[in-house]
Amino acid sequence: MSATAHPELSVRSFLARDYGLLDWLTTRDHKRIAILYALGITFFFFLGGVAATLIRFNLVEPQGAIMSAETYNKTFTFHGVVMVWFFLIPSIPATLGNFLLPLMIGARDVAFPRLNLASWYLYIGGGLFTIAALLAGGVDTGWTFYTPFSTMFSNSNVFLVVIGVFITGFSSIFTGLNFIVTVHSLRTRGMHWFRLPLFVWGIYATSLVMVLATPVLAMTLALIGLERGLGVGVFDPALGGDPLLFQHLFWFYSHPAVYIMILPAMGVASEIITCFVRRRIFGYRFMTYSMLAIAVIGFLVWGHHMFVAGQSVYASTLFSLLSFIVAVPSAIKVFNWTATLRKGDISFEAPMLYALGFVGLFMLGGLTGLILAAPALDIPLTDTYFVIAHFHYVMVGGSVMAYLGGIHYWWPKITGWLYPEGWARFAAILMFFGFNLTFFPQYLLGYEGMPRRYFSYLPEFQLLNILSSAGASILAVGYLMPALYLLWSLRYGRAAGNNPWDARGLEWQTSSPPPKENFLSPPVVREPYAYHEAAP
Amino acid sequence: MSAVAESVPARGETVSVEEQYDDAVQQREAATLGMWVFLATEILFFGVLFASYTICRVLYPLGFAEASRHTDMLLGTAETAVLLISSSLIALAVRAIKLDERRPAVILMCATALLGASFLVMHGFEYHDEYQEHLIPGIDFQQTGPHVRAVELFFCLYYFITGFHSVHVFIGVCVIGTLAVRVARGTFGPQRYTTLELAALYWHLVDIVWIFVYPVIYLVGRSG
Repeated sequence: MSATAHPELSVRSFLARDYGLLDWLTTRDHKRIAILYALGITFFFFLGGVAATLIRFNLVEPQGAIMSAETYNKTFTFHGVVMVWFFLIPSIPATLGNFLLPLMIGARDVAFPRLNLASWYLYIGGGLFTIAALLAGGVDTGWTFYTPFSTMFSNSNVFLVVIGVFITGFSSIFTGLNFIVTVHSLRTRGMHWFRLPLFVWGIYATSLVMVLATPVLAMTLALIGLERGLGVGVFDPALGGDPLLFQHLFWFYSHPAVYIMILPAMGVASEIITCFVRRRIFGYRFMTYSMLAIAVIGFLVWGHHMFVAGQSVYASTLFSLLSFIVAVPSAIKVFNWTATLRKGDISFEAPMLYALGFVGLFMLGGLTGLILAAPALDIPLTDTYFVIAHFHYVMVGGSVMAYLGGIHYWWPKITGWLYPEGWARFAAILMFFGFNLTFFPQYLLGYEGMPRRYFSYLPEFQLLNILSSAGASILAVGYLMPALYLLWSLRYGRAAGNNPWDARGLEWQTSSPPPKENFLSPPVVREPYAYHEAAP
Repeated sequence: MSAVAESVPARGETVSVEEQYDDAVQQREAATLGMWVFLATEILFFGVLFASYTICRVLYPLGFAEASRHTDMLLGTAETAVLLISSSLIALAVRAIKLDERRPAVILMCATALLGASFLVMHGFEYHDEYQEHLIPGIDFQQTGPHVRAVELFFCLYYFITGFHSVHVFIGVCVIGTLAVRVARGTFGPQRYTTLELAALYWHLVDIVWIFVYPVIYLVGRSG
């Protein structure tokens, strides 16, 4: 990176000096650790993307175009494991969260910088270990590792992969712990709780979920490992164990985990929308309380993944009811974003296109979630492409869109350079269309009864599958574009200046890129989103 | 305080504040909160094991009662006593260091670590006895009777829970032993004791978890 050539880059920039690989690998600066995470996450995203491309390519033909059924099983497992644990979970919290959280609260770093670096090593170590195990032999259980298949019948590398995910789980736990303590104890003078930007609230709520849910996953995976390694355990029905217990424990983590993925995305969208409408967020307190409500109620809905698993009808009714309740705070957020937009002076810069895409796609994903929360509708739709489409609308249309929006929005702050706006808008629009073309047909396929995870399908589903695969190729081009023009901007981009969007967050009061200690003079703290006032 | 003591900082009176903190108070509060959050994650780690135990015991009440009678209640009770005493000793050690009584603090901490170590030794004896009685699932499990499956399940959970707990005890013994050396060297004092306090918090958690382990493992089948 040619950082010193930048006119506004003082030698104090966190990117200047100490260029060596070893300096980066031993850094305790939250901003550099964020960039380390971004590199890892991008790597895993493209690996998972390759698997997705192969899946879609194979599904062009009803009998499979390129791979055997066994390879197909391993490919979708690869896609799920990599995308969930090595991309979506750490994506916004570990990159944007790490970079921005201390800046937004006016702190010099996170509370435990060494632990922060250790978390990255756990993440990257667990990730590479898992990838190695997935490539050398693979796993065919799906990312959910359901017992008793995973413990008794699967002849694949389940043991190694659960170890990899187990290790990475600690990265999540320590990151969450670090962020909780940072928000509690390192807020600068005047930054009281209801002046925190909604991104910080999103990261805070996420961290609570990370800290309280991930240990359950780690322990459950350890039990799977013990059961496979030693042939002893509590899930094996041959030993009198209960395979359903695994599903309960797994979803006790994995449902809250989708809130780990979406809550930070909601924070990003709130920052971007207010900036490009030049307004306060509508209903700030409602936004904060709804984030916390999602984090809390999110722990009580896991049973809606088990409507057909044989749980009692009373449990299903209760889980269904709670799943409807968790939709209320999510809806509050969508209403508040639209109310913020209403009669606003909206400018459609690239980050805003991503944020608007996020709101629309999240809403579609959320509304189909309500359909799946009702047992009467869920039972026929269980394990069909309707479910696939639902969670890809939330996870890809929601989280990935918001992640990319956030990367664009804060790119000038992180690097000091502006990306080419025209290309960025084009990529955002291309992704939106590519995404809908990929996943909307899957709603229809699921409604017509095409089951997920099947290698082959009935010939009458072929047209919609071809449409979906065509959309996937557009989406792939859309994802490659930012990778190219963002790298291009590092060399040829225009200098961004400290506050290219005329935004109001504390992070825009320091230089771009920020100095190592974040602020050379203490930032001015006012209410968040003070777009009705001049910038300090 | 004499002029000499001011110019040359006495033991345990200097606190190095890391650059992200404004002062020692903020640093202390952050470290304490961090420890409490960590303890919350620990409870969830153990929670999975206790939840699994609860489900299995509801499924097989008679088998679990029978299996529990195979455990060594005497040793279990002794372990409980040892751990409870050690937990109170480390609380006294923290109080001693706050009062700048270094020598009693070192003795109390060494006693804590020794009691922790003796807990592990007693567990070793228990595991040895169970090995001789062929009660170790996956390695050597030879039992008969109507509830043999449930007994095996119980002993799986027994090893998961006590094994995971013993790992915690082992880490605690190492940490407290190391800290005792540092206290003896004068690293800590009335102004600087956060690390000790956090180690004590951790040790109390290890203790509290055992308070739940003891009845569910050792006392289930003993009343009837």
